[in-house]
Order: sequence, then structure tokens, then C-alpha cells
Amino acid sequence: MNRRKKLGFNGHTAFVIFNTIFMIFMIVITLYPFYYSVIASFSNPGKLMAHQGALLLPLKPYTGEAYQVIFDHPLVLSGFKNSFIVLFLGTFLNLVATSLGAYFLSLKNVLWKDVVAFMIIFTMYFGGGMIPVYLTVKQLGLTNTLWSLMIPGLIGTYNMIILRTGFQAVPDSLKEAAILDGASHMQLLTQVILPLCKANLAVIMLYYAVGHWNAWFNASIYIRDNTLFPIQYVARNFMESPDLMGGAGSEAARYQELLKYALIIVVSSPIVIIYPFLQKYFAKGVMVGALKG
Amino acid sequence: MFWTKVKRDFKRNWTAYVFAIPVIAYYLIFCYKPMVGVVIAFKDFRPAIGIWESEWVGLQHFKDYISSFYFWRLIKNTLRISITNLIVGFPAPIIFALLVNEVRNNKFKKTIQTISYLPHFVSMVVICGLVKLFVGQGGLITQFFTLFGRPDSPMLADPNLFVPIHVLSGVWASIGWGSILYLSALSGINEELYEAAEIDGANRWKQTIHVTLPGISTTIITKLLLDAGHMLSVGYEKIILLYNEKIYETADVISSFTYRRGLLDFQWSFSTAVGLFNSVINFILIIVFNKISKKVSEVGLW
Repeated sequence: MNRRKKLGFNGHTAFVIFNTIFMIFMIVITLYPFYYSVIASFSNPGKLMAHQGALLLPLKPYTGEAYQVIFDHPLVLSGFKNSFIVLFLGTFLNLVATSLGAYFLSLKNVLWKDVVAFMIIFTMYFGGGMIPVYLTVKQLGLTNTLWSLMIPGLIGTYNMIILRTGFQAVPDSLKEAAILDGASHMQLLTQVILPLCKANLAVIMLYYAVGHWNAWFNASIYIRDNTLFPIQYVARNFMESPDLMGGAGSEAARYQELLKYALIIVVSSPIVIIYPFLQKYFAKGVMVGALKG
Repeated sequence: MFWTKVKRDFKRNWTAYVFAIPVIAYYLIFCYKPMVGVVIAFKDFRPAIGIWESEWVGLQHFKDYISSFYFWRLIKNTLRISITNLIVGFPAPIIFALLVNEVRNNKFKKTIQTISYLPHFVSMVVICGLVKLFVGQGGLITQFFTLFGRPDSPMLADPNLFVPIHVLSGVWASIGWGSILYLSALSGINEELYEAAEIDGANRWKQTIHVTLPGISTTIITKLLLDAGHMLSVGYEKIILLYNEKIYETADVISSFTYRRGLLDFQWSFSTAVGLFNSVINFILIIVFNKISKKVSEVGLW
């Protein structure tokens, strides 16, 4: 690009320097809180309390005690188990239901499609609100089961629109050819359209999966039995009152700050670890659904 | 005539309708049934006797809400957060996108983008946990402000600091993700426009003002109007995770109040009335702003 050549040397150089520094600053402030949590969680608790200012390395003597307390706690283990069940089963159900809906909405010559589409889109603008939804879930007997974390959010309307847009992009000639060959709607969806829309499917799968992994609020209102709590809600409760984690009196109290930092690391590390490998899919969905009819 | 059409359509597409059954059932049960359930806002709902047997009270709950001390406080708090967010949080990703767009080293650019999207995928529990630790007693940010004479006390105990903490942590968490929309708009600007501007003697700053900004102005205006439509719907999750009784006077918003009254204090009907009142206003705001946005840019949400 030649538009840079003509720029005044001083102004341009100053801008490039400023911009590079600014970008490095952005990287640092984005990552540092996570890095700080890692080093704080391994630091000596007494020294951490007394320390002033930023940290670059853990304060000696290192300790992994916080992680020991966390991973020894039965609620943490059941929390991980529940979160993984909801993550896999919930995402699977999301994908099935969303694909079916997206397929129906992508059809061209179906009589009631516009009525259904209106009914679905209307819910993006208006809803009954928190209490009537809660009462519905309760009435269905879903409260205090893991289903209450999967069924009420079965379809994300926005995700369905992303997928529908992908389905619509499959060339009509392919669909018509399949129909001429005698393909049913089921075959058309599973053998023609879905294989061609793997990328779109991957995008919404990630959105649903991240949503499940990060969810805590529904558990807080629908679930009473603490062995059914997902890990985020367990972490939230322990961060509110670390003394719930038990431990021996004043010894435990000293570790409370460490415990909080360690919980942050334990709960967010699955996302942070898989994120770099999947990030190209994450950003894809933003433009597919938004601002497109 | 109509029925033959219906019949023929059903004969041809019945499997497609079978596909739609679970989808329609989901929306009916979890979206439309609760919309019917809002009648409890006009009743004195008692779970023991059920929705339909409960006594009608008309607009009593709405009157109680509007005449209560909470009404204006909640509206003020909600608006204070969303307007601060429009002023600070809205331009941040635009500026960030403009600056990222100027980075010429592609590898560096990709790295910045990847890293800046990360907080968007981290849970609210973790984000708010970090915020609370960093602005708590002895926290890193609290310590930083002691350099300016602020005592080392939890910043979230000070009602004046809740809105800045809420909004700035939001900027931190979403500046990168929010910039994607603008970056893709920026990539759509015709390169010839820059060349023409250069021939006319425009320097980089002038090119930004006369080519870049007009090129993404439609996106900016559309997004602004859509965000403005959500002015009265500040989400409850972050509020609930961050606030505490000491700062309700600035931190409690409509949605968190609905949650507390309904699900913690079991005032089902009153809470539903508060929620419904807000839903109706939100619905009107969204429709109005979406209409304006369609007029301005011919691009609405739909």
C-alpha cells in the first residue's frame, strides 16, 4: 500500500511508536490479571498480604496448598462432573434442536414458515420475565435437576439465525438435485446441508459450549442440592465466602486470598487453554448473524 | 381454496413440520407460556392455590411499584449505568478497531486481536471475581489509588465507585470482541478512496476523518441506536456478582431488584409486575430505536 509513503515522516513515525506502545499496553492489561492470579495463587499467603504493588513472580516460599484444598473438596469434584455433563449433553441437545429449527427456517416453499419465524423473532424483543419463566421451569418439575440447566436455554435464537444463514447459503441447485434423487428432509439436512455447514455448526457449538461452561445463574435459582451445582456456581459461592471450603481455623483464613485466585485459575483454565486453538471459529459468528437480514 | 393449499403443503412438507415440532414446543413452553404467566402481575399469586385461583388485584402492584421509593432510584441507577456505558463503553471498541486497523505487521495484528477477544469467553464469575479481588482491600487497583491519597479500603463499598467499576471492567472485558464488528466494516472500505484522498493531498489524519470514519459511520450509528434501545435493560448477572447491601443506592438496577424481590423474597406478583413494566418499556424502546436505525441506515437488526 502506497498511502503510507507520502506521510510526513515525523508525524507518521510518532504515530507508529504510539500505536505500538498502546497495543502492547492492551496486551499487558488484558493478560496481566490472569497472570497475576496464577502467581498469587502459588505465593506465600502471609507475604502476599503484606506485598505492595504489582508482582512478576510468585512470592517465596511457593505453595500449592490452595490447589490441594480446592481439589480435595467434594463440591469441586462434583461441580466439574456436573459442568461436564451439562457441557456435553447440553451442547448436543442445543445443536440438534437448533439445526432442526434452522433447517425449517431456511426452507423456501413451506406455508407456515413466516408465522413460525415471526413467533421466534418476537421472543427476541419481548419475554415474560424472570419469575414466570422460573415458575414454568418449576411446574415442569425440572428444578433441582441438571435438566434445568439444559432445557430452558435449549435454543439460542441468535445462534439459530447464524445457522439458518449458513443453511441458506448452500446452493439451491444442490438441494434440488438431492430432492430429485428422492432425498427426504432428514437426508437433505444430515447428508447434504450439515456436512457443508460444518464451519457454521462449529461456531454455534462453541458459543453454546462456552455458554454452558460459564453459566452459574440458572443453577443459583433452580438447584438446591449442592452436589448438583456446576463448577462456576461452586466457585462463586466459595469466592463469596471462602470459609465454606473448610480447613483448620486461622490456617485456612490465611489461605483465603490464595484460594480465590486459585479458584479463578481452576475455573477459567479450560477456556484459556482451548481458546488459542479454536479462536478462529470464535470470531467467525459475529458477522454471520448480525446486521444481515 | 385455502384448505387445499394447506393440505398440499402438509403432504409435501410434513417431515419438515415434524422437525419444527420440538422447536415450536420449546418456544411455546419457555417463551410464550411465561408471557401468559405474567397475569400474576395483576393477581395476588399464591403458589399453593395456583395462578388461576389466585385473587385479581388489578394494577395494585404497578401502583405500589411506581409510588415506592425504589421506582426512581432503580430507573436512575439503570440509566446511569447504561448512559455511562454509551459514553465510555461504546466508543472504546471503535477507537480500538481504528488503531488495530493501523497496525501493519499482520502477525502482531492477529496476536492483538486474539488476545483482546479472550476476556469475552471467560465467565462472569471469574471476571467479577477478578474485579472484586483487584478493587478489594489490599487489591492491586486499590493499592494503586492509595498513591493518590485514597485509603486502602474496598472500593466496592463506596457507592460512588460502583458505576465506574461496572463500566470500566465491562470495557476491559469486551473492547476486543466489540471491535470485530468495526474491523470488518473497515476492511470493506474501498482502497481507491484512500488513493483519491491522497492525490488530493490528504494526510493520514485527514484520511481518517474523511474516508475511514464515513466508511464505518453506518455501522457506528446502527450499533449506537440498537444499544440505545437496550437502555433500560442492564443485565442482572454482573450486578448480582458485584454489588452488596452497602451500595444498593447506586448499584441496584431494575433487573437485580426483580431478582431479589421475586426469587429471594418470594414476592412473586410484585416482582413480575416490576419486570413486566420494564419489559413493556424495553419493547417500545427497542422498536422505536430499530425503526430510527432502519430509517437512518436502511439496516436494522432485521
